Amino acid sequence: MRIRDVVIEDTFAEAFTVRTARIIVTARNERWARECALKLTGFATSVIGCKCEAGVERELTPAETPDGRPGVSILLMVMAKDEMGARLVERIGQTVLTCPTTACYDGLPEAPDRLPVGKLLRFFGDGFQGSKVVGGRRYWRIPVMEDEFLVQDDFGMMKAIGGGNFLIEARCADAALEAAEAAVDAMMPLPGVILPFPGGVVRSGSKVGSRRSKAMIASSNDAFCPTLRPVTETALADEVNSVLEIVINGVDAPAIERAMRAGIDAACRDGVVAITAGNYGGKLGPHHFHLHRIMGEGSAAES
Amino acid sequence: MMLTLTLRERPPQRVDMSPLSADQLAGKSAAQVGAIELACGNRKVRVDSLFTVSGNCHSEFEIRNGCDLLDRIGEGMTHGSILVRGDVGAYAGARMKGGHIQVDGNAGAYAATGMSSGLLRILGNAGDFLAAAIPGAHRGMEGGTVVVGGDVGDRVGDHMRRGMVLIEGNAGDYCASRMGAGTIAVWGSVGTAPGLGMRRGTLLLQALPGELLPTFGDCGTSTQGFLALLLRAWRPVSAKFGSISAARVRARRFMGDLANDGRGEILVWA
Repeated sequence: MRIRDVVIEDTFAEAFTVRTARIIVTARNERWARECALKLTGFATSVIGCKCEAGVERELTPAETPDGRPGVSILLMVMAKDEMGARLVERIGQTVLTCPTTACYDGLPEAPDRLPVGKLLRFFGDGFQGSKVVGGRRYWRIPVMEDEFLVQDDFGMMKAIGGGNFLIEARCADAALEAAEAAVDAMMPLPGVILPFPGGVVRSGSKVGSRRSKAMIASSNDAFCPTLRPVTETALADEVNSVLEIVINGVDAPAIERAMRAGIDAACRDGVVAITAGNYGGKLGPHHFHLHRIMGEGSAAES
Repeated sequence: MMLTLTLRERPPQRVDMSPLSADQLAGKSAAQVGAIELACGNRKVRVDSLFTVSGNCHSEFEIRNGCDLLDRIGEGMTHGSILVRGDVGAYAGARMKGGHIQVDGNAGAYAATGMSSGLLRILGNAGDFLAAAIPGAHRGMEGGTVVVGGDVGDRVGDHMRRGMVLIEGNAGDYCASRMGAGTIAVWGSVGTAPGLGMRRGTLLLQALPGELLPTFGDCGTSTQGFLALLLRAWRPVSAKFGSISAARVRARRFMGDLANDGRGEILVWA
């Protein structure tokens, strides 16, 4: 398959089932909502080293938030469900509680899996905290120097998909970066997905394990490193000199498919040789996103 | 056709209406409803000796020609709705666990005592001890929402434990006394000593009372983010409170009653 002379390889992205929470942060204005979201989603690119993956799903208008203020919707994902509670408490406690004017709400009110968050963070109030039950939900009012921090008692958690991806193989680094930026711009407005890496782009795609150390669970994906072409079993064509990856996590397979379709289409531009995807032969992840199907018929992913 | 009970004349004694709730009337015909016995003073009387019964019983029913001798309307109900055309006596909505009661007229004392869920709407005035604990009990209202269109008597929310009470008129003396939690909002004025013995909970006022107990400390004016949530939640139940802008979240806070733990608050909208 070719799109505007760019080869779409007949392969698939292999993704994993993860657990996600949706965090709604509101603030007095957009500036503080964004500042808070920036910190909350910081150092959350990969579960390999960060324990969680997080990103801004989208910005919310005052009409869309529980308290009528500008807000941001954030997806935070972990591999195992018993890790989520600790991640939420440490991140909300260190980045939302501390940020001026913010309040924090659960964005998955219908999710049956509930985790105590405000219920634990309330202890920061040292006995001076109070709670209110509004509309059947409990909110904690934690006194802080500014005035009060309002946080929901519990947060929902549901299954999601992490690790949707595609790789942009380009003739030069500039072309790869421009294509990646175009892909990210096309994907960012779409609902239900996050791109957890810096600017949505990964330059250091990894393979499972290491040639030299058993302790390392991931190491450089040498098959896609142009500078190693003579000394490794390369997966790259001769004219490819730079590869960038886009990793997409989403609330479900259709959300990831929509994002991949938009991103791949935007990335097919001058200087790009091919679009491929990362997988482990289909043995590790239950969700397979076939590039030809997504860009052709647009059918659902296999899982 | 909805089940309708029309009071024929003012009863000779107070009537315990608690047997008439959606839970207990389910599946009964009008004749069967008419045969239910109610306590009237120290006697038992059949429903059809006091009321004209018509219609079939579903989860909703209407009481017409209500009067202040009809006690315990909707007591313990878990679902359905009761519409009362006229006044009701004491204990309306007591121990209510769900559903909806609307009283077009006035309600007597102890309305919503022990209520844990649902909505009680009184379009007229309510008597003393609205949402309060009965003597000997440690908990008044424990959840749900009460909206009063008119004025209320003394001791609103005494020992109240949870839930919301919206008073669109004025409140009497000792409003929110010994309150343990929950929210009481008063659109008009409050009487003497609001918050007497208050441990926790919130009394929301539109204007600073003429005199506050010395055991309430002024915390100044600040942003209270939860007010935005409250205001949104009130929109479906109270046109008056629902008309307040959700952006009105700054309030002057008085903490008290410092003679009794002191973690309650009287908030006065800025």
